[in-house]
Amino acid sequence: MLLIRCPWCGMDRPEIEFRHAGAAHITRPGPPDRVSDEEWAAFLYLRDNPKGRVAERWRHVHGCGRFFNAVRDTVTDVFVVTYKAGEPRPPETGPGESQPTEARP
Amino acid sequence: MTAFRSPAGGRIDRSKPIRFTFDGRQMHGHAGDTLASALLANGVHLVGRSFKYHRPRGILSAGPEEPNALVTIDRGGGRETPNLRATQVELYEGLVARSQNRLPGLRFDIGGINNAFSRFLGAGFYYKTFMGPQALGGAKLWARLFEPAIRRAAGLGRAPAGPDPDRYANRFAHCEVLVIGGGEAGLAEALRRSEDPACRVILCDEQAEFGGWMLVEAPERADEMVKALSARPNVTMLRRSQAFGAYAQNFVAIAQQLTDPLATTDAEAPCERLWQVRAGEVVLASGAIERPLVFPDNDRPGILLAGAAETYLRRYGVLPGRKIVILTACDTAYGAAFALQDAGAEIVAIAETRAAPGAGDIAARALARGIPVLPGTTILGTTGHLRVSSVRLGRIRPDGEAEPSGGFTADTVLMSGGWTPSIHLFSQTKGKLRWEEGLGAYLPALPAPGQAIRVIGAAAGEMPAGMRSPALGALPVAGSPDRVKAFVDFQNDVTARDLRLATREGFRSIEHVKRYTTTGMATDQGKTSNLNSLGIVAAETGRSVPEIGLTTFRAPYTPVTFGLFAGQARGDLFDPVRRTPMHDWAERNGAVFEDVGTWKRAHYFLPRRPVDATASGHAAMHEAVQAECRKVREAVGLFDASTLGKIEFVGPDAAEFLERAYVNPVKGLAVGRCRYALLLNEAGFIIDDGIIARLAQDRFHVTTTTGGAARVFGMFEDYLQTEWPDLKVWQTSVTEHWAVIAVQGPRSREIIADLVEGIELSDAAFPHMAVREGRITGTPCRLFRVSFTGELGYEINIPAGLALPLWEKLAERAAEFGGGPYGTEAMHVLRAEKGYIIVAQDTDGTMTPEDMGLGWAIGKKKPDFIGKRGLMRPDLTASGRKQLVGLVAEDRSRVLEEGAQIVPDILAPAGSHAIGHVTSAYSSAALGHGIALAVIEDGRNRIGQLLHIPMERETIAVRVVEPVFLDPEGARLHG
Ligand SMILES: [Zn+2]
Repeated sequence: MLLIRCPWCGMDRPEIEFRHAGAAHITRPGPPDRVSDEEWAAFLYLRDNPKGRVAERWRHVHGCGRFFNAVRDTVTDVFVVTYKAGEPRPPETGPGESQPTEARP
Repeated sequence: MTAFRSPAGGRIDRSKPIRFTFDGRQMHGHAGDTLASALLANGVHLVGRSFKYHRPRGILSAGPEEPNALVTIDRGGGRETPNLRATQVELYEGLVARSQNRLPGLRFDIGGINNAFSRFLGAGFYYKTFMGPQALGGAKLWARLFEPAIRRAAGLGRAPAGPDPDRYANRFAHCEVLVIGGGEAGLAEALRRSEDPACRVILCDEQAEFGGWMLVEAPERADEMVKALSARPNVTMLRRSQAFGAYAQNFVAIAQQLTDPLATTDAEAPCERLWQVRAGEVVLASGAIERPLVFPDNDRPGILLAGAAETYLRRYGVLPGRKIVILTACDTAYGAAFALQDAGAEIVAIAETRAAPGAGDIAARALARGIPVLPGTTILGTTGHLRVSSVRLGRIRPDGEAEPSGGFTADTVLMSGGWTPSIHLFSQTKGKLRWEEGLGAYLPALPAPGQAIRVIGAAAGEMPAGMRSPALGALPVAGSPDRVKAFVDFQNDVTARDLRLATREGFRSIEHVKRYTTTGMATDQGKTSNLNSLGIVAAETGRSVPEIGLTTFRAPYTPVTFGLFAGQARGDLFDPVRRTPMHDWAERNGAVFEDVGTWKRAHYFLPRRPVDATASGHAAMHEAVQAECRKVREAVGLFDASTLGKIEFVGPDAAEFLERAYVNPVKGLAVGRCRYALLLNEAGFIIDDGIIARLAQDRFHVTTTTGGAARVFGMFEDYLQTEWPDLKVWQTSVTEHWAVIAVQGPRSREIIADLVEGIELSDAAFPHMAVREGRITGTPCRLFRVSFTGELGYEINIPAGLALPLWEKLAERAAEFGGGPYGTEAMHVLRAEKGYIIVAQDTDGTMTPEDMGLGWAIGKKKPDFIGKRGLMRPDLTASGRKQLVGLVAEDRSRVLEEGAQIVPDILAPAGSHAIGHVTSAYSSAALGHGIALAVIEDGRNRIGQLLHIPMERETIAVRVVEPVFLDPEGARLHG
């Protein structure tokens, strides 16, 4: 079970208090009549699935109830940083490949 | 004194004899024995039949790595556990153990016929049989012939059929240091770290006693260390506790056996406890496991690991045999030889796979004891039916083959192929490993990021030279190695030949070899076999072990019971149950409940249970539902709608938020009015519906579906916090605050009229889709004039704690008017007669408002709302989409099946494209025939058409009709 730091509560709390909420920093395009079909399809469905660091949304659903963003390494599961919704992704957190543990086939 | 018990020595309590049975045979052991040591003391080596070939198998090891000695322990009263390792089962008075995988008995087993056919059961047998050409039977051959036969003959113990009567506990714990493994290294580490009284140390070990190998070699020292640790209040010592899983951020799961087999325990007390430990640092002191050697017929009972034999002798006072041949690749087996010789056994010879035996003078010491040491020698084969009786030796030639060099009679063979550090838990945390050639094993190199895990002692490769050997793989044989059975994985019956065959068939990576041959995939996860497998594949493919790779270790380290994971979460405690304030009343009045999410809802009422036992439940339900529907249409019905999701929105931007969230125009909604509202996702599909009621300029009461309540609330929270954080609005879930009593039917006004204060109920003052706050029977309420039945109706929102008296009063009055309560089934029928949809029944996540005939709800002038852009996508505006329609079977009495597929052509062949399906189907009391809702491509243009529903035995002709079956003008609704 992972420990996740809620940036609102300022505490490390167990994973079961949280719910994953998809990729972070996806902007809802608008207004509707100025958005192309391709743009909207990309907003709805196209997501990166990188090996390494991803920025994703989490909600402290069984805690303060608030949404926040996290940079997590998909190889190591390490939470590099968590930050409040609306704040930009800290520049030092990538994007980029992580240093995975030695590739074992 | 049992036959093989040494006269003195060991940790067992010789003053406490213990009786037990194995396959019904009465035997004796002592307090402190394991089942394995007690069996050996009774001269029993044969304890099981192997998984695939049903070969007789004996005890191989003395620990959790045991692949062969799996038994079922029956504690009576349904407390039966299969697949326990006899090497870990502590003996207790009256223990009942049974061997497994034998038919009819251990000594004579007809499954052994698999052994005769073993040529055909080799590597990839399952795959090859599955994939076989159809002409030759292929999959059919598998299904009809092989699978039933093999399933009967192969397998482990049987899972008990009844519910588990035992209790299981759970505990979370935090500590500065968690030490896994209570051997010498672990005890020393725990002592050192716990000197600081502020440092909380948890020490766990899977055995009944701490000490590890010290219990064999230096038990007094173990006792001293344990005594010192026990005196420290900051140390928690968990015996019989297997750390089975290590996860991210120093999180470790431990299975603790709570039943002390020698103490009388309360049957109500939990038998196991799951510890979930979060540690500041994890110190892994899990030791090392001895490797078997891979030689022909190395699996006969009586052949065991040398270290295990030494353990049985020195810790349990048991001689595994009297005439012993040893085959070894390292020095530790000499210790076993000397101890056994001292205890009176004859050491016939020590065969050394090494050309130059031993370090220092160890071989000389053996010779001085009169034990022949045969360098460069291996075993070419063994004989013996249910126990080894002789060995044939072979001299290893420089060319890598062996030539016969005589033989011995022997009742026991001990083997040692070096020791493998137990790095499983380190590997589970994704720690980086490195290969050490001289040890023939992987060692911990670098912890994964975020892990504070340190490996010490033998697990870290800190081993004296005498424990070391390269990974030997298969030992040389005389002649073709494919003519012999040299076992690598004892539990899954994988031989060296199987592994060679796999590499010859093109499998290169150990991950593929593993899956193809199943080596290392048994419940022991290859604890004794992995390194030998790697050695064989490396030799066969001419590569180094690191080039082949290493299979991933996964939790659990040893098998864990389901009960441990379930803990208290079973039966009534499995899932919370939500009940409305009217639940007990409903129960008293014959409600049959259905589960809706975690809610219990009254499905229908059977005021008098059918006395006629032959009346089926279905017929009784049908009659009840028809009667409930008639009461609503003809008089008045009461419905408990408390489970509806309810959200209160407050704030100057409440209207703005709802305007953006729902498809409907909300800003123009007058105070005191309600609107049927649809909620979409951004793709444009309906995900929920409900009523938006405006209580004040800045206050709304919004309902959601029962099942969607939490999801919708979470979605709104998401938009509020992250999409439109500038809006000044606060949402609060009031689902549990308000109970809802729906009063529906032509007499509904009459039964509530004189109870309501402060609300004028006339049609003019309080029309359909109006909402008022007032009092009912003196209690504050929110009164809605809404209807999900098509009748004049009200929904009374009343604080949940005060709802029951009102319900009781209304039920009394309803009965006087010839009405009564109705359940969710009648509610479904009534709304279907009106063509009202139920989200997630008539919609499936791909339906737009337009598809459902609800396009009128959309605020066309709104610049944006959730799903607006989605609705503009070409697919969603295209013609030919499925649309909601009504269906009536040509045989009008017919009730269609929900989910039934619809085709235009009566003779549509199987596999034809279905143009739609039935979403709702009921028998309508009001109409006197069956009705259905369906979604059909271009459905609204098909009104009047005859379509067809192919069923298993017939094809049903149906007529497409408008989805509103009753009172399309809404005359009843408006009173
Ligand atoms: Zn929080």
